[in-house]
Amino acid sequence: MTTSPPAASASTHPAPADPGTTPGGALLAAHDLHLAFGPTTALASASLEVHPGEVLALMGPSGSGKSTLLHCLAGILRPDSGRVTYGGRDLTAMSDVERSALRRSEFGFVFQFGQLVPELTCAENVALPLRLAGVGRRDALGTAREWLTRLEVPDVADKRPGQTSGGQGQRVAVARALVTRPRVVFADEPTGALDSLNGERVMQMFVAAARDTGAAVVLVTHEARVAAYSDREAVVRDGRVREQVRA
Amino acid sequence: MTVAPALLGLLQSGPRHGYDLKRAFDERFGQDKPLAYGQVYSTLARLLKNGLVEVEHEPGDGPDRKRYAITEAGVSDVAVWLATPEKPEPYLQSAMYTKVVLALLTGRDAADVLDAQRTEHLRLMRELTRRKSEGDLADQLVCDHALFHLEADLRWLELTAARLDDLATSVRG
Repeated sequence: MTTSPPAASASTHPAPADPGTTPGGALLAAHDLHLAFGPTTALASASLEVHPGEVLALMGPSGSGKSTLLHCLAGILRPDSGRVTYGGRDLTAMSDVERSALRRSEFGFVFQFGQLVPELTCAENVALPLRLAGVGRRDALGTAREWLTRLEVPDVADKRPGQTSGGQGQRVAVARALVTRPRVVFADEPTGALDSLNGERVMQMFVAAARDTGAAVVLVTHEARVAAYSDREAVVRDGRVREQVRA
Repeated sequence: MTVAPALLGLLQSGPRHGYDLKRAFDERFGQDKPLAYGQVYSTLARLLKNGLVEVEHEPGDGPDRKRYAITEAGVSDVAVWLATPEKPEPYLQSAMYTKVVLALLTGRDAADVLDAQRTEHLRLMRELTRRKSEGDLADQLVCDHALFHLEADLRWLELTAARLDDLATSVRG
């Protein structure tokens, strides 16, 4: 496996400016989040810090609130109360447009089922975030192909997602998440639909590539073997973060 | 105990000195626990006594002048051992379970016990995952075996954490 990420995006799409950290060194932080869906409490005073470049596993039983917390941290969900700060900026106070722009430029996402656009080729899927950021088609596709090579799936570049295996599709999703060199990648059960062997390969490549780019990773998983790729874990139970343990 | 059949099995590819045999065992199976020379020679002495190996003497002094060769009986012994399934561990005596119950009985926070254990298990799992990433296929398989067992423990920890209230009621009568 190569150790350095493709460099082409550095010229065509520079990494976002350093957003800074809090005095405690956190890049991203949830402060006392509360969120309910009707009568169901999803988050009850959840607080958490994510530090630059670290891989943090959010663990906990089904329904504990770990995915909800990830969605709040990523600015997809807005909590009923409490704040999410990113580099000192209050995500919860931003407009939808501002949060969308932030997600596009500084965050990356990997979900359980890839969520690739079925009508586009894999290379076009990976190039999509770059295109949305204004990078020209040729440069974006070139960078996308480099990322697919980096993740050892160059052969799927011209295939549509439906023509790839589950493991290949997740590698494409990882490439798409990292192609803009985001500061934070949010991954919700990224290997949940894969068998053990494919899951391992995806996690190895994902974490290695994220570390190479310096991105922090917030990884929701209920699998300990996946969490073992993290630097530390935080356990969510009944909508609260029970602990944060430094590795 | 797997040392005796493993040494026998290694001898099936050809006679070896005790030292070579120890080295072959350590390379393949001694990951964290190399064999002591004493154990190699005491095991070989037992195998010799039972007619499973024989000795080919070479000129010179010392134990390493002896080459050990597997006998027909030894080959049969290896075949029987390979064909016999290992007895699964019953896992019914668990220090973790005892700690959780005693925490509840003594009015301590059993969730803290579970959390501390989870942290320790994950610490070891991270170490094994790193080792696996840097190792060859043999390392990967050995580490995977350990990782799957640790993962099973962690699933038990999660299940117990979810049942702590019920367990507390049951334990305190």
